Amino acid sequence: MGPVAALVRTDVILYFSNRRALAVTLAAPILLAAFFGAALGGPSTKVSRVPVAVVDRDASPVSKAIVAAMRSDASFDVREAAEPEATRLVREGKVRAAVVVPVGFGEEAPKAVFNPVARKPEIGILYDPSQSMTLALVKGLLAQYVMKEVSRAAFDPKVGGDTVAKVRRDVAARTGMDSARRADLLALLDSIARVQAREASAGTPKAPGSAGLAMPFETRETQVAGSRDRRYNGYAHAFAGMGVQFVLFMGIELGVGLLLMRRMGLWKRLRAAPLSRAALLGSRVASGTVIAAALFSAIYGAAIAFFGVRVDGSAIGFAAIVLAFALLTSTFGLLIAALGRTPEATRGLAVLATLLLVMLGGAWVPTFIFPEWLQAVTVFVPTRWAVDGLEAMTWRGLGLEAAWAPVASMLAVSALFALVSVRFFAWEE
Amino acid sequence: MLSARELWKSYDGKVAVGGISLDIGAGEIVGLLGPNGAGKSTTVSMLCGLISPDRGGVTIAGEPIGSDGSVLKRRIGLVTQEIALHENLGAARNLELFGELYGVTGRLLGERVAAALELVGLADRARSHPSTFSGGMKRRLNIACALVHDPDVVLLDEPTVGVDPQSRNAIFDNLETLRSRGKALLYTTHYMEEAERLCDRIVIIDRGRTIASGTQDELRRAVPGSAARVELEGAVDAELLALLAARGLTVRARSGASIEDVFLHLTGRELRD
Repeated sequence: MGPVAALVRTDVILYFSNRRALAVTLAAPILLAAFFGAALGGPSTKVSRVPVAVVDRDASPVSKAIVAAMRSDASFDVREAAEPEATRLVREGKVRAAVVVPVGFGEEAPKAVFNPVARKPEIGILYDPSQSMTLALVKGLLAQYVMKEVSRAAFDPKVGGDTVAKVRRDVAARTGMDSARRADLLALLDSIARVQAREASAGTPKAPGSAGLAMPFETRETQVAGSRDRRYNGYAHAFAGMGVQFVLFMGIELGVGLLLMRRMGLWKRLRAAPLSRAALLGSRVASGTVIAAALFSAIYGAAIAFFGVRVDGSAIGFAAIVLAFALLTSTFGLLIAALGRTPEATRGLAVLATLLLVMLGGAWVPTFIFPEWLQAVTVFVPTRWAVDGLEAMTWRGLGLEAAWAPVASMLAVSALFALVSVRFFAWEE
Repeated sequence: MLSARELWKSYDGKVAVGGISLDIGAGEIVGLLGPNGAGKSTTVSMLCGLISPDRGGVTIAGEPIGSDGSVLKRRIGLVTQEIALHENLGAARNLELFGELYGVTGRLLGERVAAALELVGLADRARSHPSTFSGGMKRRLNIACALVHDPDVVLLDEPTVGVDPQSRNAIFDNLETLRSRGKALLYTTHYMEEAERLCDRIVIIDRGRTIASGTQDELRRAVPGSAARVELEGAVDAELLALLAARGLTVRARSGASIEDVFLHLTGRELRD
């Protein structure tokens, strides 16, 4: 066995002989990934219901119908409450938002449908600012149900008859209106009045408008994951993110370990041996890559064995991404050793740098929630390529071609780290 | 065996070593003495190829030491001042690693490891981790790591720091054994009695320059007006000495100063830390 192989073997033996540290290194990412994966829904496709409070101050047939429609929606977990209680529930984080239907809503809203200058009733939405993404969901579904129930009321002869007659009088009396437009509007209102009269004489609503204005389409949702018979598994993202994070932490230990070797005189003794600088640094990179790849494999082994994560894409691509990230980790450790001065100070700075890399890489929260400028920045962050690449090879089920870009970018960053390390490495103590 | 000629090394314009020359022959122990900051460690680093001199050069058996990967480095063993061991590898495994780094493999490696452990008295602890060793045992293993590839030249940078007298004595025995096997040894130390016991020749350096060199007797003679050195049995004061001699008690007198006297005379008594 050559000197380089002896150094690599020694590093690997030393790393894996510290059983307690190894157990922590493996347990921490698995436990955290299990937590984050469960929070992301795990392997289940069931969407959790959004808790929402409704304050029906109107208590009209229209408002009651809206509340009933919300209750029947699988997206909402609706609880009715008075306004003070609803406000308290939002403040305490027990509901994400509260919808306040004002007094007179059922009377005013149908009028506003036909009369653009009529006063529009205002539905209040109280929302938790920490859950602002919920606001869009509530507004969207509320618009759907309000339009349906209000338009139903507008076409109902009992509720909307007077409204249509009143609006017709207003249009007929309005001055300054183009005569052709006035004629068209009056014809429209007359036709609605005839529909209402027919509805009233029939006794049961049959006309299309009597059911209210419904959404003119329906949706069919299909998950686009790796294979038809497999659904998205939240653990796949969590294990990619936590694996990247903790393997990078291992890279820090490699770098700090080299600084400690320097302090202990071991590095001096290695340098006294007939080994080139390339052999010495190369052995460190090689051993770091072997250790990182082994750790990542063990973490994904647990993900596959216990959390249902599968490599639905290219297995070769997955292995290439793991190896490229292992090399990246190893050169990151070398960079730390090259730029660091004392092990203690270096460790703190390196942990901070790693956490930034991990956050920007989308390991904790998806990058789509970042501001646009930050999303643009993350394209240059190698951890994002690692996470995206691992997801592509697992639940997205993409082929080998999808692995090349992440692998190439990580290899490029590894080369950069290695060059900077060689440039700044302090050879002479 | 090892020859250094006019070694110069500066850091940030400050001269650390300024023209030091020395020779170490086979079967010889040369002491390199000097106060803190004298340039001992820099000199040792240049001798074993860890750092390149700004001027001058080092040869082994007439061959100049080259770059980092020079095969001539296989003929040098370095015992660092620090205990440079992998604490969580067994003693034999540490030795195997250093043997492999110097190109020793296979059965020869096993034999060399066993011989090195035997030499430093750790044969029965081959599988034990250094983390379980006493300070003296670690020091001995530290020396063994520099010997496992059977070098012709051994550079020892303060190898006895912090060890008890027994371990120190064992180390001295090891070094004398190496000398008897024809190895060339360079020994740096702060302890004058060590130099006195071990070294055939001594080089004293200060502020990066050689200020004296020679055998112990040559150095002693170089100190003008040095007092006679006496070894007494019993309590000591000036009157008592006269009385002892007058009363026929044994008083052994040796001519010349101790090496420590020489050292302090040449380098002064002020602290250098």
